[in-house]
Amino acid sequence: MSAPTYDLGKLHGGLRLPAHKSASTSLPIRTMPLPAQLVLPITQHVGDAAQPVVGAGDKVLKGQLIANVEGALGAPVHASSSGTVVAIESWPVSRRYGDKAPCIVIECDGDDRAFDYPRPAGSYAELAPEALLEQLVRGGIVGLGGAVFPTAQKIMQARSGDIEYLILNGVECEPYISCDDVLMREHAAEILSGAGILMHALQIDACIIAVESDKPEALRSLGDAMGELNDPRISLKQVPTIYPSGGEDQLVQLVTNLEVPSGGLPTDVGCLVQNVGTAAAVHDWIVNREPLLSRITTVTGDGVVEPMNVRARIGTPIADIVAFAGGYTDAAEVLIVGGPMTGKSITTDRVPMVKATNCILVTSRAPAIGEELACIRCGDCAVVCPVQLQPQQLFWHARADNEKKLREFGLIDCIECGCCDLVCPSHIPLTADFRTAKARMQELADEKARAERARHRFEARNDRLQRDEEQRAAELLQQKDQAKQAGPAAIAEILKRKRQQSDED
Amino acid sequence: MDFQRQEAPYLAPQTSVASMMLQVLAALVPAAIAHVWFFGPGFIFNLIVAAIFATAGEALMMHLRGRPPETALADYSALVTAALLAFALPSLTPWWVTGTGALFGIVVAKHLYGGLGFNIFNPAMAGYVVILVAFPMHLNLWTAPRMGDIDYEYLTIVQSLVYTLTGSLPDAMPFDAVSRATPLDAMKSGLANLSTVSEIRVNPIMGDFGGRGWEWIGNFLAIGGFWLLIKKIIRWQIPVGVGVGLLLPAGIMYLVEPSTHPSPGFHLFAGASILCAFFIATDPVSAATSPKGRFIYGFGIGALIYCIRTFGSYADGVAFAVLIMNMAVPAIDYLTRPHIIGHATEKNTS
Repeated sequence: MSAPTYDLGKLHGGLRLPAHKSASTSLPIRTMPLPAQLVLPITQHVGDAAQPVVGAGDKVLKGQLIANVEGALGAPVHASSSGTVVAIESWPVSRRYGDKAPCIVIECDGDDRAFDYPRPAGSYAELAPEALLEQLVRGGIVGLGGAVFPTAQKIMQARSGDIEYLILNGVECEPYISCDDVLMREHAAEILSGAGILMHALQIDACIIAVESDKPEALRSLGDAMGELNDPRISLKQVPTIYPSGGEDQLVQLVTNLEVPSGGLPTDVGCLVQNVGTAAAVHDWIVNREPLLSRITTVTGDGVVEPMNVRARIGTPIADIVAFAGGYTDAAEVLIVGGPMTGKSITTDRVPMVKATNCILVTSRAPAIGEELACIRCGDCAVVCPVQLQPQQLFWHARADNEKKLREFGLIDCIECGCCDLVCPSHIPLTADFRTAKARMQELADEKARAERARHRFEARNDRLQRDEEQRAAELLQQKDQAKQAGPAAIAEILKRKRQQSDED
Repeated sequence: MDFQRQEAPYLAPQTSVASMMLQVLAALVPAAIAHVWFFGPGFIFNLIVAAIFATAGEALMMHLRGRPPETALADYSALVTAALLAFALPSLTPWWVTGTGALFGIVVAKHLYGGLGFNIFNPAMAGYVVILVAFPMHLNLWTAPRMGDIDYEYLTIVQSLVYTLTGSLPDAMPFDAVSRATPLDAMKSGLANLSTVSEIRVNPIMGDFGGRGWEWIGNFLAIGGFWLLIKKIIRWQIPVGVGVGLLLPAGIMYLVEPSTHPSPGFHLFAGASILCAFFIATDPVSAATSPKGRFIYGFGIGALIYCIRTFGSYADGVAFAVLIMNMAVPAIDYLTRPHIIGHATEKNTS
């Protein structure tokens, strides 16, 4: 077996952004003590909602299943520590859409007693890929890069196609975020082990670990671990430090020089991308029998006293994590879950950290940028757009709500990376406009579908009425014929009856 | 604790329209100094007059449109229009001529189309063309470049100011004494009189390539233009497009028949070619916006400049070339949309 070959592709556009990462990478990963309370949203993944299998008052163990999914289209949720379920209720969360979601609230008992998952007799390599996937579902493993797509499902989809490479994404291109960087520095061996498991599940022999060039420590640590493991299937690739090289499709383009088709997946060009954190989580579950109960998150920004990377239990309220990092500074005005380019601004720190939470960014309000001016068509947005869209044209059509043009100019291909906003001299909130336009396009599509259904119903009704009408006419005709055949006597009889009727009226 | 809600991205924009416009103005400073050096202080008076009318027009129109005038004035775009117009006019131009051009450019070409960002036509060039139509004789009063060996009567600062304010020269100085043909005019009339290019170039106003003095202004404009390129205020496609569009036909014709066709160097350094390539055609609002489209747009302007100079009745053709290509912008943009990553191409489907 030889190391895989690849062409290094080129990313269109992108931005070199100030990294702001050293604040949080100067310390080793700190493990947070157990919080008093854990808040676990029952859906922390893309796909079908999980259903609670515990009720208020139930005692649970660390790692115990508390919400389950049918089939493989989702991810179960486990209690991140032992304690008592006190409520299953709606709670503020940091989801992309919507502000509240049903959560299981656990009062921790502080003992952290673990549910015992029996270790399999042999190594994972003896498992059939299907059995391994089943295991990944049960471990609650989802993509930890932020998209939280269930890992088993992703692999299953990939296996129906022609996959060549597993790409592990260690390109943490968004400013401030450094949880993958420190993970690669401190847990390189676990990542490599996870890569082996994922390759087995995929039944392929090639894995590329892609790391940004501004992470020399991570590259060194991974290099050392690879030297020790000496697995020729795994190779390390340095990619240029430019935002958004860590976007899934952008990374595939950088590593393979292939474009992921519009509306398609990296699997369409033979790649499966997983975050390095996901690989480590796979290792923890398959080898150490610990389901996805914690993750590393970067808590940073000028609104935090001591920026750092924290390993915290899933469900830990953000307020507790910030308190662990020394609390808020006076600058704390905006709380962002995720990075400064694509993260979501939330209004309360009661929100729990979930599987998707790679960063908790607390900053002062962005400096006043002045009034939005008209677009002067400078085209700088098109220069930086990694998808090679023309935001300066697209935005006209977005404001005009011109659906046809929006499709033509590739609105759905917009990855909402935010590059165009940063270079716009007129300070137009392009990304927000595009987000709104996308939502409206979805609404329109839904409405169209509804209208279509209504039309079908209406036409079906018309058809039915017409059929009834025709049937009645035919029956009438038949009766007339019968009457004719019965002869004049019968007619006289009928007329007489009619007359009698009218007399009675 | 509670927090404010904001929309991603949360990082502040790195640039502003005002800073772009100020950088354009700064890039024009070396050439402006050269202009004053070679053609006298009239340029400054023109600039002041154009700036006053452009600013007043902008403020008035914003007021009439029910918008805060300070927003428009704070972006300095009216000053850029004024500066470009000042560069296009002879250093001796009465104030009402300059004012008419500046007002038309701002009021009609810019604000009646919706203001900055919506104007189809380059305001400075629209203003220039109105002057060309309304006051053609005033565009002939170019002074000779200040070069030691050129026989010429120089105006003092006061005389120049008086001309700007009143439109009259000192009694002892007739128009012929102070004005000289521009190199392009000299070339055009010379060729019309069946002189050869080399005969025409004997004229002391002619320099190594274009006209003396003009060449220096061209050099400084190019320096400013390169600075804008480095600062990424403008992109290379339009200047290169203009250059290729102008120099390619000029070069071919020069190779074919050098006695009746001036060299590409002459075309580049005479008239407003360099000003157009770096500062006029690059006005983003009225230019094409896709990368390929920008080259085509620039190329069209360059080629039209060549055609108008060679076959038209005007000595220079920058203003018409720019306005004509302005009209073609929507079509160019539509036909040159870049490939969206992930959409079918030969590379992907093969």
